[in-house]
Formats: sequence, C-alpha cells, structure tokens
Amino acid sequence: MDTYLLQIFNGISVSSIFMLAALGLAITFGLMKIINMAHGEFIMIGAYAAYMVQNFFSQYLPASFFNFYFFAAIPASFLLAGVLGWILERLVIRHLYGRSLDSLLATWGVSLILQQLARSIFGAPNVDVKSPDWLNGAFLVHPGLQLPYKRLFIMLMVIACMVVIYYLMYRSNYGRKIRAVMQNRAMAASLGINTRRIDAYTFAFGSGLAGIAGCALTLLGSIGPTLGTNYIVDTFMVVVLGGVGSLWGTIAGGFLIGTGNTTLEFLTDATLGKVLVFTLVILFLQWRPKGLFTIHSRSLDE
Amino acid sequence: MTTKNFFKTPSSQTFLIIVLLLLIAPLFLSVFRINLLGKFIAYAILAIGIDLIWGYTGILSLGHGVFFGLGAYAMGMYLKMEAAHGKLPDFMSWSGLENLPTVWAPFSNPLSLALIVLVPALLAFIIGYLTFRNRIRGVYFSILSQALSLIFVVFFIGQQAYTGGTNGLTGFRTMFGMPLATDNTKYILYYAAIFLLVLVYLYCHFLVKHRLGKILVAIRDGENRVRFSGYDPAVYKIFVYVSSAVIAGIAGAIFVPQVGIISPAEMGIIPSIEMVIWVAIGGRGTLIGAVIGAILVNGLKSGISESFPEVWSYFLGLTFVIVVIFMPEGLVGLVKKYASKITCPIKKRKATEKASSVN
Repeated sequence: MDTYLLQIFNGISVSSIFMLAALGLAITFGLMKIINMAHGEFIMIGAYAAYMVQNFFSQYLPASFFNFYFFAAIPASFLLAGVLGWILERLVIRHLYGRSLDSLLATWGVSLILQQLARSIFGAPNVDVKSPDWLNGAFLVHPGLQLPYKRLFIMLMVIACMVVIYYLMYRSNYGRKIRAVMQNRAMAASLGINTRRIDAYTFAFGSGLAGIAGCALTLLGSIGPTLGTNYIVDTFMVVVLGGVGSLWGTIAGGFLIGTGNTTLEFLTDATLGKVLVFTLVILFLQWRPKGLFTIHSRSLDE
Repeated sequence: MTTKNFFKTPSSQTFLIIVLLLLIAPLFLSVFRINLLGKFIAYAILAIGIDLIWGYTGILSLGHGVFFGLGAYAMGMYLKMEAAHGKLPDFMSWSGLENLPTVWAPFSNPLSLALIVLVPALLAFIIGYLTFRNRIRGVYFSILSQALSLIFVVFFIGQQAYTGGTNGLTGFRTMFGMPLATDNTKYILYYAAIFLLVLVYLYCHFLVKHRLGKILVAIRDGENRVRFSGYDPAVYKIFVYVSSAVIAGIAGAIFVPQVGIISPAEMGIIPSIEMVIWVAIGGRGTLIGAVIGAILVNGLKSGISESFPEVWSYFLGLTFVIVVIFMPEGLVGLVKKYASKITCPIKKRKATEKASSVN
C-alpha cells in the first residue's frame, strides 16, 4: 500500500516539475506561437542564478542568513531569465512572429550559444546547490511513507505560480492586453495597445517562469550547462498534449505525462516507460490532434 | 525533363562541377581526408532528403536522425555478423546473451541489406499515415518527430544486449570479404558514396521538376488550396516523407562502413537538428543548396572544432540565427541575388521583379 502511495506522490511531484517547466512554454508557444527551443536554456539560467545567489550568501553574509537564500534565489532566477528573455525577444524573436518553424531553428541556435556561454562561465562539470536546512528531511505520514519537504515545497511553488499566472492573464489589465494581441494583433494595435511592448514583456515573463523552474530544479540534484535539454522535449509534449494556448491544458498535460512517466517506469523499466509514454501521447493525438483542451476557431490555418 | 535541359540550369551545372571535383579529389588528398570527405558525402545525401521534405514540401522533420540511424544500424548489423564469423557478436556475449536474437538472424544474409531502405520506409509510412491523415502539421509535426527521435535513442540505449547500447555497433572488419581498414576499400567506398549521391540527386531532381514537385511546393505554400483543388495532400506528404526516409537510410548505410561506428548519439535530437541546419545554411528549396550546405558546414566543423571546440558552438549558433533571420534562402539564395544583379541589366531586373510580384 505504501509503495503505491509513494508512487502516486512521486508521480505528482514529477508532474509539478513538468508543469513548472511547461507553464513558461505555454505562454511563449501557446500564446505567441514562438517555438522557443532555448526554453530549456532559460531553465538552466534560472538554476545558475540560484547557484550564484547561494554563493553570494555563503561568502558575503553571516552564516545564519544562509538558510533563507532560497527566498532570494527565486526572484533572482525569475529576473535574470526574464531580462535575458527580454533581450532575446528584442534581438531575435521579433523578426520571427508568424514564422513558427523558423523561430524553432533560430532559437535552437540561441540555445547553442547560451549553453556554450554557461560552459565558459561556470565550467563544463555539474555544480551542486546546497539546499537550505529546513528543506532537508521529510514529512512523516506514518513510518514507511515519507514525503520529502523539497518535493512538497516545489509543489507549493507550482501552485503559487499558477495563481499568479491566472490573475495576471485573466484578471489584470495587462493580461487582457496580452490576450487581445494574441487573438487579433491588428485590431489590438488599432485600439491603441503597444503590441511590440506587449510581445517583449510576455516573452520575458515566459522566460522568467522557466527561470523559476530552474531554481526549483536545483533542489533535486546537481546542475550543468545541458540541464535544460533534458526537459525540452518533455515540456513541449506537455504543451501539445494539453492543447496549445490553454493554461488548464498545460496543467492537465503536465499531470498526465508526469504520472504516466512514473507509473509506467514503475511497471516496466526506466527506458521502456519513457518510450511508452511518448507512444501513448502520439496515439492520443491521433484521436484529438489539437490536444486535451482546444480553443475552437473557425480559422482554417491555425 | 530531358537530359538536355538538365545541364542547362545553373544548379545542375554546379552539381556537376562538385561531382567532378569530388571524383578527382583522391589525386590531391590523403586517404584520411578522402575518408572524411566520404562521410560528408553521406551527410550530403541525407541533406538532399531533408531538403525534399522541408525545403520543397514545408514539413520540418526533427527526427531524421532516426531514419539515418535505422539505415546505419541495418548496415552495421550486417557488418557485425560478417565480423563475428557465424558466432555471437562480441557485445552480446558481454551482456550475457547466449543465443542470437531473432531480430539479428536475417543479417547473416546479404539480402538483408534491403532492410536499409525497407525499415525506414515502413516506419516513415506508419508515422506519416498517422500524422498527415489526421492533418497534424507544422510545428506539431516537428515536435512529434522530435519525440520520435528521443524515443529511439532511449530505446536503443536501453536495449543494450540487442543494440550495443550507448557504445553502438563497432569493430567491423570486412565488407563482402574486403577488409575495411585498407586504402583500397576506402577508395571504393568513397566512389560508391559519390555514385549514391548522384543517384539520389537525380531522383530528387526528377521529382521536383515534374508535376509532383509543383504539388509539393503548392502544399508548402497553401495546403488548403491544394486540398480544395481536388488533391489529397496527405498522399503526397506520405510519399515524400517515405522517400526522404529511404534517402536518409541510404545515407546511413554508406556512412557506417566509412566511419566504422554507429551509435545512438548519431540519431538523437541534436544531430537531427544539425542536419536541418546544413540545409538551411546551404539554401532550402534547392537541391544543390543541401549538398553545398552539408559539405561546407561539416568541412568547417572538422576544421574549426579540431582546433577551437568552444568557438565552434558560438559560430554555429550565431550563423544559424543570422541565416534564419536575414537570409532564409541560405547561401544559394545569396548567390542568386548577386548573380542576377550582375548578369541582368537594371531594366530587365525590374521587369522580372514586377512579374514575380504578380505571381
């Protein structure tokens, strides 16, 4: 019984990481139709930002502060990834609106550059980020079933991010503008919305979310320049499975792929599990090519 | 298209010059360089296949490494069986297998080399049938094809006893009884690669210059219009996807005996995107662009990354961003633009621009 409960917990935990990584992508890919292959590298940037904050705390601040570095690391990751995302949008992405496939290729070039940059600055070997003490240990449901605090904390982070995104996208003036631009750019522009600025901020926001995902990943293991590439395919599958342009879809997709991965890996083995999940996703898309949550439109060329 | 017209177009003439240069290259280069060049020719064959579906039909496949890998593994398995002399291949006994798996059994027969084209063709047909019939296209197809490549890499690494795992297949000795290590065999393989390159080029040239090619371009530029005109785009897309997969398989098969190893690293996501890069830099939508791109980028890669590995990543990344944003037509497009400026007088050029803008 405990083994199964632990499996379910692990499944939700893996799902939460996928969701966090995919939320940023849901915004840049789902709303802006930009295939950002460098999304994984923004995850990596967020992770290295957390690493730098940790180093700063351990070197320049009294030891008693160290336990709280993570609260500084989360905004730092968001800001660094967000600013770099903003620069990327200004330099590269803005030439590529409406050219999805080209955006995929160009951002892949960007990801090469960012990876090499990380390698030059931090070195090729992986580095460790020491988790704060209060996150070590586990919540004891009863002997035999322990839920690590780190994973619970990541789930909390995911929920917090979702709440913020929901309010930003569906309850704020800014979110209304974003949705207006994405639905009908020309009309939004004629109504006085500065579409270029909205584009840049939205892309920066999506990249910043990737940064937070990277920050969360530092809790789970060592980080390296290729950290992001491990996640990029999974996160794209999450967005496609959930339905492009739908935040609920992303959450559902992340949940399905995350729990699917852990369950099938538990039932078969690590490699076959992954193969099965992707095969199932491909088969599912035969039935619903647009994913779980679709936005209905009469337009022929989506 | 008759053979007479074939020699008239500038791109075919360029192709002929390249082939001639490749044919006489052994007079000037060492065996080592020739072997390297043979590998680039295998890549050029692959690039033509990618150009056929991406440049002409507008389907961006990020999983072509799989088809290349399947062709290469089929060849590798055959060579491995030949090297094992009827015994169990070495890596299988290391992983504790005692009997030859059924998948491997046919490869003791040279007829099994047909699988080089049959396996990629079958896989491409299944994938193409499932996706194109359901009108999955554009970026969705690209992401699915990328997942395909990931699946195969994970699978091939996981099934170590059957595929050699991360190390892949290596330790080949002979091919049809000829020892692979000798210079003579290397020259033969090199010329075989050129022969295949010419064959594939002519096949694709034939395809794209005929009515079928026009439909492919039409699908790229406006799939719905093609459908409304009474054609079924899915049929054409499946056909061109299978063709392209077969070409990739052939490229993999001529790659293996020259390089001497095939491992999952050659079929993963990163090599699959790199293949697309060659075509993008050379010039998508022109067969000659794919050939030039593959040979040029790989030539530069082995030149630069031998001495400055860090610079190569920056260089490739930056080149790619610049090419995609500012010169979507690649090098061939650049040459065409300047050539037309030099050759036709201003008035005539304006006239042609006017005519092309009407279309």
